[in-house]
Amino acid sequence: MTFTYAAVRPYAGTPRRGPLTRLLEDERWLAATLLLPTVVLLGLFIAYPFVKGVELSVTDAKVGVPGHFVGLQNFADVWNDGIFRVAVWNTCLYTVVTTIFKLALGLWLALLLNNNFKGKAFTRAFILLPFIIPTVLSTLAWKWMFDPTFSVINYLLFQLGIIHSRINWLGDPHLALISVIIVNVWRGVPFYAISLLAGLQTISPELHEAAAIDGARAWQRFRHVTWPLLLPVTLVIVLFSVIQTFADFQLVYVLTGGGPANATQLFATYAYQIGIGTGLLSQGATISLAVFPVLLLVVIVQLLYIRRVETH
Amino acid sequence: MARIDRRSLLKLSGAGAIAASTGGIAGILASGRPPAYAQATTVHWLRWSDFVPASDQLLRQTIAPECEKALGIKLNLEMVNANDIQARITSAIQSGSGPDIILGLNNWPQLYTDSLADVSDVADDLGKAQGGYYDISKAVATAGNKWIGVPWCIGGGLVAYRKSWFEEIGLDRFPDTWEALRDAGKKLKAKGRPIGQTLGHTFGDAPGFWYPYLWSWGGKEVEADGKTVALNSKQTVDSVKFAVGFWKDACDEGGLAWDDSSNNRAFLSGSISATNNGASIYLEAKKKPDTYQTEKGTPMFKDILHAPLPKGAGGQFNLPGPFTSMLMGYSKNQKPAKDFLRWVSSKPIFEQWFTSQQGYTVGATLVWEEDKVWTLDPVLLPFRDLPRKGRLMGYAGQPNRASAEAQTKYIIVDMYAKAVQGTPAEDAVKGAHEELVKIYA
Repeated sequence: MTFTYAAVRPYAGTPRRGPLTRLLEDERWLAATLLLPTVVLLGLFIAYPFVKGVELSVTDAKVGVPGHFVGLQNFADVWNDGIFRVAVWNTCLYTVVTTIFKLALGLWLALLLNNNFKGKAFTRAFILLPFIIPTVLSTLAWKWMFDPTFSVINYLLFQLGIIHSRINWLGDPHLALISVIIVNVWRGVPFYAISLLAGLQTISPELHEAAAIDGARAWQRFRHVTWPLLLPVTLVIVLFSVIQTFADFQLVYVLTGGGPANATQLFATYAYQIGIGTGLLSQGATISLAVFPVLLLVVIVQLLYIRRVETH
Repeated sequence: MARIDRRSLLKLSGAGAIAASTGGIAGILASGRPPAYAQATTVHWLRWSDFVPASDQLLRQTIAPECEKALGIKLNLEMVNANDIQARITSAIQSGSGPDIILGLNNWPQLYTDSLADVSDVADDLGKAQGGYYDISKAVATAGNKWIGVPWCIGGGLVAYRKSWFEEIGLDRFPDTWEALRDAGKKLKAKGRPIGQTLGHTFGDAPGFWYPYLWSWGGKEVEADGKTVALNSKQTVDSVKFAVGFWKDACDEGGLAWDDSSNNRAFLSGSISATNNGASIYLEAKKKPDTYQTEKGTPMFKDILHAPLPKGAGGQFNLPGPFTSMLMGYSKNQKPAKDFLRWVSSKPIFEQWFTSQQGYTVGATLVWEEDKVWTLDPVLLPFRDLPRKGRLMGYAGQPNRASAEAQTKYIIVDMYAKAVQGTPAEDAVKGAHEELVKIYA
């Protein structure tokens, strides 16, 4: 093959480079240009609604009425609101309990699915079903199962002789909260299981083999090999899950509407009730923003912890 | 789809425009074509999905084509679940675009006063032509002297009950006092046929029962000034104490989790003997006599009657649900939308819709009290008188934003729910009173 200097020369010396090309040859401009779409998207769909929410929360805006600046008055009002305090407690309890169960069951499921067995691929796909079905649809199905009059769960328990009078799943304040927790766990476990399974598969089997040769039993292998390697993935999953659960809306809205007597009222359902139902946009925004400091704290603590785990 | 080129469109528009400017309605009719502006006009009307599906069908299949023929307006009808309408209203108002007309329920027009168009001309003319409006329709559809919506109709609830089951316990009609109802309910519940009533967070049936119940004992949210909260009274405490026993003795305790459709299902499945509801239970049973039957194998609708809620020391009431057509202020179709409202609420057109309701709703104007629909089925006749015995949320004040907030937060409903769940009556009332004070402050 012949390769002559003359052949490339016209390209090298071409005057076709426009001002834009020249500008983009500067790495700073190139970086800015490449980042621009992301910045626009984040700004439009995350920063703008957030800033708008903050702006609303310090005014007395209502639907169709821009409102005036009222400082922190809305926060004071919300803090003195009995229903808001119930919602705070419910949301915290709901998030903590569901996260514990989702993590425990998800991890257990992931460990089971990590084994080799017949129909593995099918089972893994099947497990994801609760997560794939739209929340509203699956929650409606649960609503029927918990229905005070037509509950299939009650019917089965009754036929098996376990209960003699029906259980008022969504009518009893404690059971109602337990019921929404059950549905959230049912829906959330597949996400944990599949994500943790992905984490498990990055762990080299050789590490387990080496530990087994050294005489480590199953539990010891899990405790000293699997868990430390899985921890960074687990923490990221928990972080996502906590954020999502804290802001949960559809499930409670469909199942109980926050009732009975606010026993299942969460931040998001209450914010919707006030912001949309009553048209008090500013107070609705204030309730939504009240989640922010709590979530920020959770995120900071978790991210710091993740960094510590990774550097170790 | 037929294509219209630029030339024929100009010709068509010209004919309508000339006719409209020279000969008015007669000219339009003579030209055989609707007015020019309307050729390209679409009016978007957002409504709830009616509990009487035949009415929605009529709007789509008959009224919409008639509208296009008569006014040249293409009607874009959209029906959504009642619980979802407010989210649509909020986003429409905030973004300044959306449906031209939205059917508002209850006191909603009062929440959006500043965002609704002044429709006084249409409402006044219709009122004059149709014998005037019921007070409750006027109360929710006006702000000061201005009409912020055109009243459409009035819904409401009566107790649907199983005639034969009440006869079995020795009653030839529905009890007319709360004490008598508790006694009857006790006997029925012992037979596995309790009274069914929701105490959950649901927009229609929950306030529909518990507000009139409170009023019948003499309780009220506020004084007539609309500001002084008056809930914490002996009458209210008595009503709460009675409700606790009534719930335990006579009601289906699953009602704490019921939504607006739960009592329909429970009644039609034969699980409850009575429930406060619109006429939808009866209409459904009547529509499907082979599906819904009594334990004796006879059509259930023949065993259903309607009665008002019992009376107490404070009187006998119900909570009617006025429906109002709200012309949105942001709409760029103000003139065609007003023309449409005037047309659709006129007697010949509204009558078609009203007949399809079969008594599920009452017209917003008095003229519909005399309509032949009330002679068709005596079981539905009691619904005709609902607006005259009705009060609105926020009594003894006017329905306004505060009363809407109190309802949205389920303050009154939850007061009873908490007591039923074990909170002492005095504490439940005190807690609800304090919440109302914050709302009405």
